[in-house]
Amino acid sequence: MSLDKEKIKHVAKLARISVDEAKVDSLTKDLNSIFKFIEQLNELNTDKVEPLTSILNQSLRSRKDEISDGKIREKILKNSPKKNEEFFVVPKVVE
Amino acid sequence: MSNITNQSLSEILESIKSKKISSLELTQAYIKNIENAKKLNTFVTTTFDQALENAKKFDNKPNNEQLLSGVPLAVKDLFCTENVKTTAGSNILNNFVPSYESTVTKNLWNNGAFLLGKLNCDEFAMGSSNETSFFGNVINPIGDHLVPGGSSGGSSSALAADLTPATIGTDTGGSIRQPASFTGTVGLKPTYGLCSRWGIVAFASSLDQAGPMTKTVNDCSIMLEAMSGFDEKDSTSINKKKETYSKNLKDNIKGLKIGIPKEYRVDNMPKEIDELWEKGKKILKDLGAQLIDISLPHTKYALPTYYIVAPAEASSNLARYDGVRYGYRSQKGKDLIEMYENTRSEGFGDEVKRRILIGTYVLSSGYYDAYYLKAQKVRQLIKKDFDDSFTKVDAILTPSTPSSAFKIGEKTNDPVSMYLNDIFTVPVNLAGLPALSLPAGLDKQGYPLGLQLIGKALDEQKILNIGYAFEKNCGYKNEIKKWWS
Repeated sequence: MSLDKEKIKHVAKLARISVDEAKVDSLTKDLNSIFKFIEQLNELNTDKVEPLTSILNQSLRSRKDEISDGKIREKILKNSPKKNEEFFVVPKVVE
Repeated sequence: MSNITNQSLSEILESIKSKKISSLELTQAYIKNIENAKKLNTFVTTTFDQALENAKKFDNKPNNEQLLSGVPLAVKDLFCTENVKTTAGSNILNNFVPSYESTVTKNLWNNGAFLLGKLNCDEFAMGSSNETSFFGNVINPIGDHLVPGGSSGGSSSALAADLTPATIGTDTGGSIRQPASFTGTVGLKPTYGLCSRWGIVAFASSLDQAGPMTKTVNDCSIMLEAMSGFDEKDSTSINKKKETYSKNLKDNIKGLKIGIPKEYRVDNMPKEIDELWEKGKKILKDLGAQLIDISLPHTKYALPTYYIVAPAEASSNLARYDGVRYGYRSQKGKDLIEMYENTRSEGFGDEVKRRILIGTYVLSSGYYDAYYLKAQKVRQLIKKDFDDSFTKVDAILTPSTPSSAFKIGEKTNDPVSMYLNDIFTVPVNLAGLPALSLPAGLDKQGYPLGLQLIGKALDEQKILNIGYAFEKNCGYKNEIKKWWS
């Protein structure tokens, strides 16, 4: 299959990345060559293969449902590009 | 003591212990080297004042019972360091100062080492040449026109140029082993789950693993011992007894069975790589190991599988960079969505954006089965190839890379040719296995080449032992002219 410009713009929208119109052509070319490479996998018949979902021979541990952390609001807000006392600030979403 | 910095970590530790040199003198010697090596562009951040303070503290009250007593270390800028800027080589984290320390670096400090600075790397560890970093490309000390490999290119370059006695990197598809091979140094990717991923900027969580990069195999065993171990904060950390790799290092490999996979002889591979492989086989055979031909039939599908799995995981992991909680935020855009889109477009570089788009696409509605599910199935087949082989052999010997270090700019316009550089390293990440890259010789241009030893899961000790014996008998010596200072 091949990816056209419109499809790429749609995927970029899903990924929340604005794409510069001037770069769409080269991006289309690069992504198509990558997908051509990836699609070698279609040579393989994998109908009877179970997908690998974990590389470890152990299941994920569960811990006790206890609070082990917290009260670090200042630390969490410290790196925010825009904050207001104890909140992150974003552009207005509700009129 | 003018030559202290070109010694191995274990020799340096010995000098500290016997008080031949103080931690302060050692630290000052590295700082001097770093200041003279700005051309290599290896450091994103230096922490000299903090390092000198720590060195003095050590000298006043030396504790020589630790694995890394009094030693300054620079680390890849992918490890979060408390109150020290951590960028992952990206504009989007250019102002990020973590309020916590990654488990792996904390383990190093708990063993007596302290931070010297943060090393340049490909942006979010996505690259094989250190050319995708927001902070510019790193130069290989082997030659001013050569890449140092990637993504841990700042680490490999700094180590080879004597700017740090040892270092750590991360390896998602070869990012420790390929730069080690390009700079004539030793690099180990441990078994998935041996070193904690907590506090490491995430790329592809089912593949990422931190590991040591050193001048010798003995140094590698010391660093691995210091950095590894169970961590409750990483849900995929393996809970097992801590091993003493350095104490158990042995050079007797008589009777061990070494697998030679026929699929690692690829088309257009330079003759020199083949010759190097032959040389490696001969060394191991002469040491009493038994060579066994094996087959890993799905090897050629490893890279295409990787370029579905890794971008898919990356697109999910990198969704967190929204310009709200930390990192860069664009001032452009009329609403929240546009702010997100502009932040991510301005904050990420081209290669990272490419991979996010690939990942978003293969996970999007209607395509999941065709790509991601298919890749998970092939990953199973690749793992099974290794499982089958390891019923017959103790370890596998392959080349580390299909070429020596290439020129800066040589592959930047062709992503697939760049990806092909990881052809021998990627299968190991997909199968979660440990693998060691060892310097083994030079090509006709005088550039280093490496061989790779792949082990069974959690069998690091065995590949370190084979590497140790190999190193003693290989006669490789990394002699780098310091043209930059």
